[in-house]
Amino acid sequence: MLRDITPDDIAGPGIPHTLRYFDGTTRNVVVTSIETPFPSGELIVSQTDPKGIITMCNEAFVRMSGYSREELLGAPHHILRHPDMPAAAFEDLWKTILSGKKWHGYVKNLRKDGGFYWVYATIVPNIRNKMITGYTSVRREPDRRKVEEYARLYAAMLLDQRSFL
Amino acid sequence: MTLQFAVSPDHNAAQLAPWFIFNTLLQQSLGRPCHLAAETNFDSLRKVLDASAIDIIYANAFDTAFLVREKGFLPVARGTGRSDEALVAVRPSHPARTAHDFVAPLKIAATDAPDVEMIGRILLEPSGIGPSDIEIIRCPNYVLVAKTLISANADAGFFLAESFDNLSHLVRRELRDVVRSKIYVIRHAWLIAPWLAELRTALLSVLMGMTKDEPGRALLAELGQPGGWEEMTSEDAEFMIDLMSTLV
Ligand SMILES: Cc1cc2nc3c(=O)[nH]c(=O)nc-3n(C[C@H](O)[C@H](O)[C@H](O)COP(=O)(O)O)c2cc1C
Repeated sequence: MLRDITPDDIAGPGIPHTLRYFDGTTRNVVVTSIETPFPSGELIVSQTDPKGIITMCNEAFVRMSGYSREELLGAPHHILRHPDMPAAAFEDLWKTILSGKKWHGYVKNLRKDGGFYWVYATIVPNIRNKMITGYTSVRREPDRRKVEEYARLYAAMLLDQRSFL
Repeated sequence: MTLQFAVSPDHNAAQLAPWFIFNTLLQQSLGRPCHLAAETNFDSLRKVLDASAIDIIYANAFDTAFLVREKGFLPVARGTGRSDEALVAVRPSHPARTAHDFVAPLKIAATDAPDVEMIGRILLEPSGIGPSDIEIIRCPNYVLVAKTLISANADAGFFLAESFDNLSHLVRRELRDVVRSKIYVIRHAWLIAPWLAELRTALLSVLMGMTKDEPGRALLAELGQPGGWEEMTSEDAEFMIDLMSTLV
């Protein structure tokens, strides 16, 4: 179970949300409007097992997420899920990588302190001896215009998702 | 049979002599005749690799991906504390200060090193610069990339960071680096052909042994690898190749 993000964890005012994950678990978080800029020239890298549990992450990943490496290793990758991301984006992600293909997309991630950062992510399956042994995700700095375009698209998808529920 | 040994063109261009000395060391240590195939560009290297005419190679990350995944080569070692980083440079008067400030279309001077070009293109993405916004002006080496840029025949240049830092003071003064990669995991690697798998351990000990005596350390310095080499496992190589595949 992931620990909640509470008003004590964040800097300044925030908005509470309850995230409902694909596996049926929930997490209460508080989000702020504070964006952390992408570190220029770097890549944010992580690896997971076949179920999406984090098995490796680089220093930029630790720094940008706001968590310690110990908190990240062994945690499900949805530890970074932001309430502004529609479920459909992740359904497409999992459908693509489970079939052994590469997935690309723009993702808004949630930091431990309730803030966020945008990335352009690419996920590839790690294929060893013809078997998927895990996944590698590499995020790079996105073009701002694309971020604005996807922020609008995701907001519309969320509205649609909520009216359907 | 003579072993064919090759070095990535971006590492032998300026300094072929120490690689011939290394070749002699290799022959003595492995007890087999070795021949240095001095390919000076990536196209001609790829042709001999395609023809399976190389037994041992110090390869860039692109050729490593091809040789490990397509040809079954075994990773042996990589340079300690040295990664292949790229940068985008301009003339000092150019308005760009950050990776967000470039405007399409761009004429870019570059060598034929594919890893540097791949990283260079990624460094321009935050400006919304895509493949069709870039016209590459191919140059045989980084000194000529610098000259093309200084003479205003290109808007920007892609450099291997190490080569940029080693340009003469006079040339450096005419250029400014705007954005540099900090990727750390893309590195050159020593690989051995699958038909010589039984020689992997011997090659690894030749490489690891170089830091143990003075002539070895002097040669490492001349090869631009003063820190020596460290073992590269098969999973180290697979990880680097997976990472590269997210960038192409
Ligand atoms: C290698 C890999 C990296 C991932 N990276 C992220 C990420 O950075 N942010 C994120 O919200 N989800 C990421 N995911 C997707 C999560 O596993 C999860 O699907 C998502 O956060 C939505 O949560 P849920 O599917 O549990 O509902 C990644 C998945 C994999 C396999």
